[in-house]
Amino acid sequence: MGELVQWLSGLPLSLAIRRISWVIPLMQTLHILATGMILSSVIMVDLRIWGLSRSQTLVQSAHRFVPWIWSAMVLMLVTGVLLIIAAPRRTLLDSTFQVKMLLMALAIVATLAFQVALRRNHGRQDGRSAGWIAGFIAAATLILWIAVTVAGRGRWIGNMIPHWARYL
Amino acid sequence: MTLPSIIDLLKWLETTPLAAFVSQSPWGFPAMLTLHLVAVAVVAGMIAVVDLRLLGLASTNTAVTDLCREALPWTWGAFLVSALTGVVLFAAQPVKYFENHAFRMKLLLMVLAGINMLAFHFIIYRRVAAWDRNTAVPLAGKLAGGISLLAWIAVVAYGRWTAYFML
Repeated sequence: MGELVQWLSGLPLSLAIRRISWVIPLMQTLHILATGMILSSVIMVDLRIWGLSRSQTLVQSAHRFVPWIWSAMVLMLVTGVLLIIAAPRRTLLDSTFQVKMLLMALAIVATLAFQVALRRNHGRQDGRSAGWIAGFIAAATLILWIAVTVAGRGRWIGNMIPHWARYL
Repeated sequence: MTLPSIIDLLKWLETTPLAAFVSQSPWGFPAMLTLHLVAVAVVAGMIAVVDLRLLGLASTNTAVTDLCREALPWTWGAFLVSALTGVVLFAAQPVKYFENHAFRMKLLLMVLAGINMLAFHFIIYRRVAAWDRNTAVPLAGKLAGGISLLAWIAVVAYGRWTAYFML
């Protein structure tokens, strides 16, 4: 990882981004807005799955919000990769970076399962909730995406773990 | 209130037990900041859902009243969390935030977004029955949606820039 950090921080793109003071905060802002798009889209579909919103069918709700989840993920990936290239030490060597990547992989798997659950419920046109399996996957998807966000700012969590516990 | 008395008030705020805890504990400030970030992201995203409907860019087959009724209570819940954590974060370093130009812009834009929301709710939304579904939202409604969308994007941006102006 140390060599990767060295190599990335020497790249012309890395130097160029660091030279312009507003690029990093702009990328961070877009990264946060993409987070907002994912969380709010998941919440909107979850509300429908849990039967807390009933004005749309599940199909309509999924059609409206699922494409936004994947578009936001692309925006997130692009800004995230640029932030890593610009500041590899601060990102790659962060104590929770690997946890964040693991949680992100889980969140993507949950989002895919979420889509499968939505497809299973395609026939359902009434206003009822979508059953407990879909409800559980919906909750897991939301919790995992929140966990990814927390891990992205989670250096402090590492500091809270007592020293002796790190050797368990 | 004169400027010195505001500074005195802020200095007093800094000495309150909660503010002292947050600024002195190794994890208090970053933990509050993390919670603030998650809540702000949800607020901006949920408000954008309604704004895009007003602008006619998304959810056009959903009635405006349905969308507001279903999305806004959760938006307010997230706003409450972001406001409470925001106040605690401010209390930890009140003088620094007060003198931070990006932070001032963030507050100013939130006031603008608030006035825009009140105008929408109490004036424009009263005639919602006429454009609730299958009809284009009137210009005033579109304008309110556009202002809200841009204002909240700018609030997020100035919030991020605030960190770079902390000296």
